[in-house]
Amino acid sequence: MAFLHDMRFRAYFYQVVAIGVVILVGWTMFSTASGNLAKQNIATGFDFLSRPAGFVITEAAIAFEATDTVGRAILVGIANTVKVSLLAAIFGTLLGLAVGIARMSRNPLLARLALVYVELLRNVPLLLYLFLWYSLIILILPPVRQALNLLPGVYLSNSGLVVPAALVESGGSALLACLLGGAVAAFAIRRVSMRKRVATGRSNHGGLIATAAFVLPALLLWLAGGVGISWDFPTAGKFRLTGGLHVRPEFVALLFGLALSVSANVAEIVRAGIQAVNKGQWEAAAALGLARGKTMRLVVLPQALRIIIPPLTNTYLTVFKNSSLAIAIGYPDLVMVSNTVMNQTGQAIETIAIFMGVYLALSIAISLLMNWYNAHVALKER
Amino acid sequence: MKQALLSICAAALGLTMAGQASAAGTLETVKARGKLVCGVSLATPGFAAPDDKGRMQGFDADICRSIAAAVFGDGDKVEFVPTNINTRFQALQSGEIDVLSRQTTHTFSRDASLGLDFGPTVFYDGQGLMVAKSLGVASAKELTEAAICTLPGTTTAQNISDFFRAINGKFELVVFESPDENRAAFYSGRCEAITSDRSDLASIRAVANNPDDYVVLPETISKEPLAPAFRQNDSNWGDIVSWSVWLLMAAEEKGITQANVDEMLKSEDPDVQRMLGATEELGKMLGLDNNWGHSIIKSVGNYGEVFERNVGEGTRLGLTRGPNALWNAGGLIYSPPIR
Repeated sequence: MAFLHDMRFRAYFYQVVAIGVVILVGWTMFSTASGNLAKQNIATGFDFLSRPAGFVITEAAIAFEATDTVGRAILVGIANTVKVSLLAAIFGTLLGLAVGIARMSRNPLLARLALVYVELLRNVPLLLYLFLWYSLIILILPPVRQALNLLPGVYLSNSGLVVPAALVESGGSALLACLLGGAVAAFAIRRVSMRKRVATGRSNHGGLIATAAFVLPALLLWLAGGVGISWDFPTAGKFRLTGGLHVRPEFVALLFGLALSVSANVAEIVRAGIQAVNKGQWEAAAALGLARGKTMRLVVLPQALRIIIPPLTNTYLTVFKNSSLAIAIGYPDLVMVSNTVMNQTGQAIETIAIFMGVYLALSIAISLLMNWYNAHVALKER
Repeated sequence: MKQALLSICAAALGLTMAGQASAAGTLETVKARGKLVCGVSLATPGFAAPDDKGRMQGFDADICRSIAAAVFGDGDKVEFVPTNINTRFQALQSGEIDVLSRQTTHTFSRDASLGLDFGPTVFYDGQGLMVAKSLGVASAKELTEAAICTLPGTTTAQNISDFFRAINGKFELVVFESPDENRAAFYSGRCEAITSDRSDLASIRAVANNPDDYVVLPETISKEPLAPAFRQNDSNWGDIVSWSVWLLMAAEEKGITQANVDEMLKSEDPDVQRMLGATEELGKMLGLDNNWGHSIIKSVGNYGEVFERNVGEGTRLGLTRGPNALWNAGGLIYSPPIR
């Protein structure tokens, strides 16, 4: 019985027991619940996903009609959630980077302003901000019938921003091919020019050439008349503007609230990252004659990035989960669509299981992606 | 949201334990507990909302009281459980509540698939639309292309979608979880129209800065018969709920009121005598005291009194009886004979 005293055996044994207990409890709950549901003649299962939804979702990232299935309605919810979280993460990161650097500024006014910005955003619940932004939009802007006509075809009202929509009528695939090819070429050119520059120490115009490689093919195609674009101008209908591209206030308020909350978190992370870079790096860069801006961009930020990535993952996970606050201000995200589905089918447990599963899966995907990126930029010790 | 998740967890846990609760009949469970547990709305003035003394007031709350009065002879032996719109049925299925009296529409799929049954319709409602008078709209059919605000509640979104599909019109739907945001968006002009049950539109209009600026359009786009619900396969309990409701209606028909119920005990009318337990033993057949009918009217009054006190023309909601008048006054309220 010597193995009973083996530390490694014990460690494994306890873990196996713990997992076993969790599985047993989970399975017992699941089987009793489904047994009781069946006994009470309550419909269970996921058949309802293939039934027609019967309700409309106006703000849909993918096309949706009332005759589509419940499953597709939930898919629309997922797409809307991903759309708003992704945009909020991008805008928030760019803004947060700027604010974080401003926090470190030697100009006291700028540094203090950045501090106030961060503290105001971090210390009030996001939900209150969402109510605030949404109320501001719908109360300050005029109703749609008195919409402000900012530019020809551009209208602003409390029903959102309406701009002319560009419809690609012909040559769409050629344009896409040009853009994709351009992007690949630009990426390759930039890599080669960077390598050349590291090897020779002389600056070349790699960035400029790469940009040209990206833009020129598509531009030439367009100028040569290879793409037919027609503009769909909004026109005044009976109650509101029809046609054109609508950016609705619910989406804007949510995007604004999420992006600002991300930016405050990112600003603090960036500040911490910059401060964690050894002071000697600044002094060494100054000794080489680099200006302060260049020191920041070329010496400090690349090193700070390694420290920034792990907490940034947390921020991205938070914004993704916080997007469920959309429900308060009428943006049809996953939770909102699921709620409507629940009300119609009465199958709350299944619907909740779906949206919890989706949040879990997407959160894990974000974590994996960020971990991969982290491993990519981490200091490689050999 | 967190609250919804919590209540769903609670419902799921409840379901795992529901086996024991449903083994005994609901009546025995309720009697042993000494009070009725009744699921009502979170806070809907006129239907179920606590007053300034913390007493639950409203139409749905009074239905609960009438059932409690039938069982215990005392309409105050009720515990009101505010239920979330998403988890109300789970609360009933799991045995957390004995009766669901929560502005709940009786529909086929709920009846057939949720393990519950519905009592008699206590309130005939229907979904309507409200617009600002300044819009100059006289019919819901003119609202194509308009933006319409609504709550995700029940079948509202589906009904309005069906309505516009039938007339082949497009519209923009804006759905809010919070009633306050929903109202604010409508008042600010974000939406041209707001849609909900007509009784609910009346209360939305009542709290506007200037109620006269708004008008409820004539169309009723759906049938919303609101009825109390109870667990399936407990026919004795179902009878108690149904007949408590019908007794309220029959009492109005016979002119029995909260004020004159004691005098009515001496009435010569055999129907009234049976209802109030002066003759025969109808209460015993349900497993109740014989004076159950007397207790109900003593605690809440008759159907008309319940209506007028909570949602009638004298209240903030200011609803007329309409389809909720007695059958012999042109309405739909009709009780089977109590004999």
